[in-house]
Amino acid sequence: MYKIGVIGDKQSVQGFKAVGLNVFDCNKAEEAKRTLHKIADDNYAIIYVTESLYDEIKEFIYEYNEERLPAIIPIPGMQGSLGIGIGNIKKAVEKAVGADILFGND
Amino acid sequence: MARLNVNPTRMVLTSLKNRLRVAVKGHKMLKDKRDELMKQFLELARENKALREQVEALIGDVYSNFVIASAVMSSEVLEEALMYPKQGVTIEVGRKNVMSVDVPVFDFKTTTDDTANIYPYGFANTSAELDNAIENLSNIFPELLKLAAVEKEVQLLAAEIEKTRRRVNALEYVMIPQLEETIKYIQMKLDENERGNQTRLMKVKDMMVKEAIEEKQQFTKDAFDYYVNK
Repeated sequence: MYKIGVIGDKQSVQGFKAVGLNVFDCNKAEEAKRTLHKIADDNYAIIYVTESLYDEIKEFIYEYNEERLPAIIPIPGMQGSLGIGIGNIKKAVEKAVGADILFGND
Repeated sequence: MARLNVNPTRMVLTSLKNRLRVAVKGHKMLKDKRDELMKQFLELARENKALREQVEALIGDVYSNFVIASAVMSSEVLEEALMYPKQGVTIEVGRKNVMSVDVPVFDFKTTTDDTANIYPYGFANTSAELDNAIENLSNIFPELLKLAAVEKEVQLLAAEIEKTRRRVNALEYVMIPQLEETIKYIQMKLDENERGNQTRLMKVKDMMVKEAIEEKQQFTKDAFDYYVNK
């Protein structure tokens, strides 16, 4: 039995509590890093992180990229999409194919 | 391309030929694997992109609902309303095998099945906008989950493709040419030895024939002298 976590600033993530996700509100990168590290080992299969925090701790998150679990997924925060999620897909395509062939026209 | 540092003998030649055969076969199979992975990956990446765009738009809507809700209500009331969630979500993680990549599959269960009954607060002190926001959020939840699964799969496949591509290239541009070159070298060396041996034998034969002829001449000469002096 696995859980789903959400990490982000309070404004953005408070709503997720109501639908049954475990919410951790963090404002600082350092705090988010600690929280992420703690819950990544604790039966969380999916951890959603708001994009602004994701961007600040991405080096740290990439370590989990090749692990099976948890899946750490950026979601837009209150300020709207920062294009990090799409950027990640683009990066994955570049890594696999060697060139960006999906987003070339954008 | 540098050849391997081995002794040019027949035994090494045989074992190298075996290695080359294995390497060529492995190269072909890895190449097939890479192509198939790539095919699946590209489909998945397209799906991922579409899904992400959709989810981001939907989440944007949810946020704007929340903004309206928090404008109508004081933040304390809002916080209080959301403090104790009624709805709980747990997920089961299955596994799926995509070209020998172990990919997680998520399947979620909510503790309350009734979608009308997920609001963790009484309706007296809260605004209808908050209800909207939460309803929308719970509606997009399956999409959010799907996004997580697809995105993880994309990441894992990308890593696997990169690894496979490295292997294919290492075999194609290093291993196989090296083996071929070494095999050629040993073969040439062995041929050269063979030729050397041949020449040596011919030389020895020449010498022996010459000796025999001289012996015979000597014998004839001796016999001739013997009869003349008699």
